[in-house]
Amino acid sequence: MLEFSGVTGGIHNWLSAHFGETGTMLMEMLIAGVVILLGMILMSFTLGYMERKVAAFMQLRLGPNRVGFKGTLQIIADTLKLLFKESFAPGTSDKLLFNLAPFIVVVVTMLSIAPLPIDPALQLFDINIGVFYVSSVTSISVIGILVAGWSSNNKYSLLGAMRSGAQIVSYELSAGISLVVIVAFAGSMKFSDIVLSQADAWWIFKGHIPALIAFVIFIIAGTAELNRAPFDMAEAESELTGGFHTEYPGMRFAMFLLAEYVNLFILAGIGATLFLGGWMPFHLWDLEGFNHVMDYIPPVVWFFGKTFFLIFVIMWFRWTFPRLRIDQLLTLEWKYLMPISLVNLILVALVVIMGWHF
Amino acid sequence: MNLFETESSKLVESEEDFVVNIGPQHPSTHGVLHLKIKLEGETVKDVEPHLGYIHRSIEKMSEAGNYRQFSYLTSRMDYLSSHMNNQACAIAVEKAIQVEVPKRAQVIRILMAELTRLASHQLWWGAMGLDIGAVTPFFISFRDRESILEIFEDTCGTRLTMNYNVPGGVMLDLHPNFQKRVRELLPILKKNLKEYDDLLTGNVIFEERTKGVGVISGADALSYGCSGPVARASGVSCDIRKWHPYDGYEEVKFNEIIETAGDCFARYKVRMLEMWESISIVEQLIDNIPEGEFQAKTKNVLKPAKGEWFVRVETARGELGVYLISDGTANPYRVKFRSPNFSNLSALKHMAVGGKIGDLVAIMATLDLVIPDIDR
Repeated sequence: MLEFSGVTGGIHNWLSAHFGETGTMLMEMLIAGVVILLGMILMSFTLGYMERKVAAFMQLRLGPNRVGFKGTLQIIADTLKLLFKESFAPGTSDKLLFNLAPFIVVVVTMLSIAPLPIDPALQLFDINIGVFYVSSVTSISVIGILVAGWSSNNKYSLLGAMRSGAQIVSYELSAGISLVVIVAFAGSMKFSDIVLSQADAWWIFKGHIPALIAFVIFIIAGTAELNRAPFDMAEAESELTGGFHTEYPGMRFAMFLLAEYVNLFILAGIGATLFLGGWMPFHLWDLEGFNHVMDYIPPVVWFFGKTFFLIFVIMWFRWTFPRLRIDQLLTLEWKYLMPISLVNLILVALVVIMGWHF
Repeated sequence: MNLFETESSKLVESEEDFVVNIGPQHPSTHGVLHLKIKLEGETVKDVEPHLGYIHRSIEKMSEAGNYRQFSYLTSRMDYLSSHMNNQACAIAVEKAIQVEVPKRAQVIRILMAELTRLASHQLWWGAMGLDIGAVTPFFISFRDRESILEIFEDTCGTRLTMNYNVPGGVMLDLHPNFQKRVRELLPILKKNLKEYDDLLTGNVIFEERTKGVGVISGADALSYGCSGPVARASGVSCDIRKWHPYDGYEEVKFNEIIETAGDCFARYKVRMLEMWESISIVEQLIDNIPEGEFQAKTKNVLKPAKGEWFVRVETARGELGVYLISDGTANPYRVKFRSPNFSNLSALKHMAVGGKIGDLVAIMATLDLVIPDIDR
């Protein structure tokens, strides 16, 4: 069976044998950094390709099919094109902030990918406040977007950035509260604990009504936090041309794109971990035989299967829904999602105290 | 004194105003329209359209051509209803030289006009989706539009600027495959129109975005000179095909679609239902194309007597008027077009002020602007 504990444990033992405690830690940090970077790039390539194919599937097109096998190398060709473009900044822009903004966005993404448990042994650091850490780190990305919009010195960018600021700050709340629901069920913020607590069944089944409500709210609010359609107010192509990244050329534009795709992966990953059991196979309480069969599918496959299912759902939103207007967007959050999630929080507290969940 | 200084241009230039130029290059203006909008936060306080980026002086150029030639320029005005533009010119010239158009030519003209209207409304539907943030409708509508354009290509040789009408009838007879292909297409279009509704019409977000947005009352629509679906959505009955039938529209059964809400959703609904009416007109005529001449006998050089004529037709966007003055020579003395888009655009400020930027885009989408028709 494919498990990473052998690999990671082997590396750890080998390093400890050769470098001592501090050296091992430093080397592991280095390896983790490289793995995150490569993983991010790989993930954005995969999702970029997937998005094009999904869009093409929904729009009666073929999608990329020329470069490489079935167009798989198209995205690499596009990246190369962006790399060779002139790194241009508008004359009236604030150069320092203009150049800094994409990096803020990407660094935030790198920070938030770390505690995702992809496999029992493949989790870069299992912090005991994992859920809290992720939800707080991802909220920094709004600074990157605001800085990008402000420093471009372009009215479209400014409008896009302001929209994005209002949107992310609002939807953070209901996304956070729906995460708290699962924290209340599992009794821990640690991702590994949350996954282990779903060994008998996933929280979306065990937590019945409150978990289901929280899941729906999480998907909606998460899509809004990602600035993806139908909540792509910040870009709003038909209104603001390109929104906050109107002025960005070449690779710095690609970095926003990269961050968007990796954020999509992180969001889907968190959703899969909290609600759908993460790497935990599909178990049903007492059905020993069934559970045993499910255990044969490696955890990595489970994790990526669930994650990519959620990613597909979010892409599906993007290619079928029209965009909301900015005031409707805020109305949806403050008048509907937020009250519902607060009530849901009370409900979940009741359910947990009375032990009504399975 | 600056001749170009108008009241509104003075209005816009003050220090604290947040002025945004939408266009001339902008995804939602569908061409080179330039809107100067004044914002307060996201709210639109003022809209000022700047025209003329694609002015080609079609009216003046028409005076240089003779009576057979000038209609070809009009295909380039409202290129999505090029057939109706040509039809208006042809009818005007026929009136001037007093020629009866054969029955077959009339039916062919109506068939082509309704197919053009279908194709135009389909393109509008896709672009509407695009403007409102849904990308997929664009591809779906282009699939259907493509099949109509292929039928045009068979008969007219071109797909967009068809130049099929000539004074006295149509230029060529129908392609032998025409009837067969149209008959095959109609059931597919009917099926796909239902798909349009499934994808966009009932969508909650779409209804939220369009209902109650950009409201214009019937009286205001009249006073701005709106016509076509824009006026009909406000309850104004203005279908030229009903009021001043031309080319035998009086013998065809169809309903004039009228909505009363006057908002974006009403305009959307009018166009969606008009597509069904167009299909029904094509269905009535496709099996009843009379035999006979497709073009009346006319002289090689047309020289109408002195006089003036005004002809109007219903294009996909509204009422197109052609005003023709002859001084007895082979070239028109003056040609003036009353284009529907120009008047419809003039109502934009009335509809958009007080709304959000997103509303402005939705309103422009439902006005169905074709910029070359505004500037000519």
